[in-house]
Amino acid sequence: METILKGRRQQVVKKDGKDINIACEKQSLAGSVSQRACVFCGSRVVLYPIADALHLVHGPAGCAAYTWDIRGALSNGPQLHRMSFSTDLREKDVIFGGEKKLYAALNELIDRYQPKAAFVYSTCIIGVIGDDVDAICKRVSKEKKIPVLPVHSEGFKGTKKDGYKAACEAMWKLVGTGNTSGISKFSINIMGDFNIAGETWMIKEYYEKMGVEVVASITGDGRVDDLRRSHGAALNVVQCSGSIIHLARRMKEKYGIPFIHVSYFGIEDMSKALYEVADYFKDETVSNNTRELIQSEVNAILPKLNWYRQKLNGKKACVYTGGAFKAFSLIRSLRMLGVQTVVVGSQTGSPEDYQMLGEITDEGTIIVDDTNPMELAKFVQEKDADLLIGGVKERPIAYKLGLGFCDHNHERKIPLAGYEGMVNFAKEVYTSTCSPVWKLVPRRKHLYEQQVETNCSGSCHECESTCDIKTQCSGAA
Amino acid sequence: MEQQASENYRPTKNPCRLCTPFGACVAFNGVAGCAPYIHGSQGCATYIRRYLIGHFREPVDIACSSFGESTTIFGGKENFDTGISNVIDGYAPKMVGICSTCLSETIGDDVSQFIYEYNKNNNTAPLPYLVNVSTPSYCGTHSDGFHKANRAIVKTLAIETMKHRGINIFPGMLSPADLRYLKEIMNDFCLPAMLLSDYSDSFDGQTWDKYEKNIEFGTEIKDIEKAGGAKASIEFSTTVDDESSAAGYLTETFDVPAHTMPMPLSVTSTDKFFELVSSLSENPIPQKHLSERGRLIDAYVDGHKYVFEKRAVIYGDEDMVIGLACFLAEIGIIPALCATGGQGGKLQESLEKLLPEMISQITVQEDTDFIDINDCARSLEPDIIIGNSNGYKLKRQLDIPLVRIGLPIHDRIGASRILHVGYRGAQQLYDRIVNAFIEIQQEDSPVGYTHI
Ligand code: SF4
Ligand code: SF4
Repeated sequence: METILKGRRQQVVKKDGKDINIACEKQSLAGSVSQRACVFCGSRVVLYPIADALHLVHGPAGCAAYTWDIRGALSNGPQLHRMSFSTDLREKDVIFGGEKKLYAALNELIDRYQPKAAFVYSTCIIGVIGDDVDAICKRVSKEKKIPVLPVHSEGFKGTKKDGYKAACEAMWKLVGTGNTSGISKFSINIMGDFNIAGETWMIKEYYEKMGVEVVASITGDGRVDDLRRSHGAALNVVQCSGSIIHLARRMKEKYGIPFIHVSYFGIEDMSKALYEVADYFKDETVSNNTRELIQSEVNAILPKLNWYRQKLNGKKACVYTGGAFKAFSLIRSLRMLGVQTVVVGSQTGSPEDYQMLGEITDEGTIIVDDTNPMELAKFVQEKDADLLIGGVKERPIAYKLGLGFCDHNHERKIPLAGYEGMVNFAKEVYTSTCSPVWKLVPRRKHLYEQQVETNCSGSCHECESTCDIKTQCSGAA
Repeated sequence: MEQQASENYRPTKNPCRLCTPFGACVAFNGVAGCAPYIHGSQGCATYIRRYLIGHFREPVDIACSSFGESTTIFGGKENFDTGISNVIDGYAPKMVGICSTCLSETIGDDVSQFIYEYNKNNNTAPLPYLVNVSTPSYCGTHSDGFHKANRAIVKTLAIETMKHRGINIFPGMLSPADLRYLKEIMNDFCLPAMLLSDYSDSFDGQTWDKYEKNIEFGTEIKDIEKAGGAKASIEFSTTVDDESSAAGYLTETFDVPAHTMPMPLSVTSTDKFFELVSSLSENPIPQKHLSERGRLIDAYVDGHKYVFEKRAVIYGDEDMVIGLACFLAEIGIIPALCATGGQGGKLQESLEKLLPEMISQITVQEDTDFIDINDCARSLEPDIIIGNSNGYKLKRQLDIPLVRIGLPIHDRIGASRILHVGYRGAQQLYDRIVNAFIEIQQEDSPVGYTHI
């Protein structure tokens, strides 16, 4: 039995000096239990929050079933994105093709739900049975007079990243079709924030306080009409670069809209983002507003963070994210809380991302690409981590081994971005790592034994249940 | 004919089912030493793992062939070979449970041929059993995948063997608590039983000292091998078709008599189950269980007024719905809507047979989805919803209680601990239902009675 399969050894490195030589951007190794999903999943993640569009999954019902209302992306209006629609192909469609069903499904669903646009996701078998999805979309679009946009997301045609790109291509068809009059010269699009638990709303409020207009949020709490006029913004502010960068590039090429990369996680990165946007506009009022905003926000949360820092100081974390970009912010935020990152990895990082990870992590940190449960478990044990940050798929690894866990994925229900989010993050980490339950978990018990020993009277309940050294106690109080 | 099908066709909106390989993976997880394996794209494997983790809150490892573009064009053989070898290296399994997906089926991969060749080319080392089940999701649902996988397991492992006094139980997709309870019952009857598949420990385990390859728990392969010598099989399903039934296979091949019965969620059906086990074991029903039955009836009496002639909306896997409908009928609740995403087409017929007096008051929906369930439910003016977490939206719209049972339960903790079957399962469910009604009465009261 081997923990790191031979075909994966190049995808794991321990930081030793500056250069990180890691194999990445590969198809997952067959037979390894990758934590990755598929192209379709990538597209679905990016487009999911567009709340007034119909999202129709063309294929068998399974792929749609697994993505029904699983994300924390909020909308303050329509909730259409939280439904799961599928053409539900059956055996005979696989032989005769699914075009008729696609056509019928679009008709029925558009009539019933009156969406502003429809996205049609191709799943794996569509790439094989040869449906002309584009043609059907075009026809329905003409008949129903709304954009019906094919998303070429056949699961096997690459990785999640290709799904992001396919999603961007679909959105690109909307950009430039709306009216841009009345947009302020201090205006941006928020890109790559998905309004998980209302995060986009918080970020948007910051920008508004600065005096910057948000034209479109792509895609958190997204609306078709906003996308249509998003080319009227002066600047694209891109978070989670992997997912949305393709669209930003397109907008730059065609409309000359520049973009900057930001992250909204952690005080440092959050403030940097706001300052950079302010700097871009070179306007005194905006700059002043920004400074004031940041000062007051930071001052409001620092005491709270300091409290958490005291509790968390010296803890060790393992961070495993989808894109690598989020991992940077997490490492910094954790550091601010006194937590050291000892293992870090991502599903889809690029060589540059890993180089960057190498730069910001401490010596000896394990860096992994596209890992699997067995490896991850090995690393957290080897490094004796106290906390795992990842998605629901990683949660059982943490819990089985008696580690704290913080969900930092799209499925979470707690906002972790922005200043308020940083406090929530600290609270999440604290609530999980400092819970008394770990005292009872056999693998982690040793950490607490010291304590029991010094206070041990030999007769307390604690001794009954957890104390291995009971035999050495005199038993006399 | 084609034209007609597309006239009746409706897209699926908020599905009331999962896909076939999902069920197969659940079954494979309940065999000791079995590593589940999906021959198809990475996404399916990850989604299925994700979904199982959401329900059971336990690690679920499912390996996969990770199809790429070239695999899809040239076929999945190469990935299959690498994948199986890697699973063997990584997990040292005694068995690999292989299921296909929509994609691998559509491109026409012949997995049995792949297995044959793999066995031939790797005959130097002792290989694990490679069990294969075909599970394209465009035919059937997770229930079908579950049954088919059990059949495939038995088919591959069961060998000609001495007749013995033990029995086989194919309980269907129940909770870990149910499986434990069934084992306890068998134990009390001193009747050796091969329960397939038994994921009670793999999906409801303890914390670990070190990371385990979570495949060691479940039905022992040596017990499955002897399934053909058993005195009888019991299968809790009245809807499984002959080609998918594991008990059916053992009858066809080894002449093991099969007793098929509805999932015993009610007293009446549990009685039948106990009587059957009693006669197979040639032991009387232990007093412990008789007492449990007695206390259950006593509880029925205590709570009967709160539930009589209430109307319920129930949905889920066909067999669960049938079992549940019988239970509800028994306590005086009308299962006004019985719905399933299953496509077996036997729900109506089974309910007609089991509940002849009530059937006129029951609306049955098969191969349905949650939008249709919701549309229909509203017109039926139900008082309670009983089913998995996916009924939550309906609960919110109608503002009536939802009692969670079955799978998936992804908005509560403890899905593994929910008991459904037997006297004990009925007791648990009964208490939850009655209390749901009492709570409404209490909450709705302007004065908030504290004694009810
Ligand atoms: S392709 Fe088929 S097997 Fe895969 S998730 Fe979709 S329905 Fe399930
Ligand atoms: S079938 Fe393809 S698109 Fe659907 S979940 Fe599986 S890999 Fe993804």
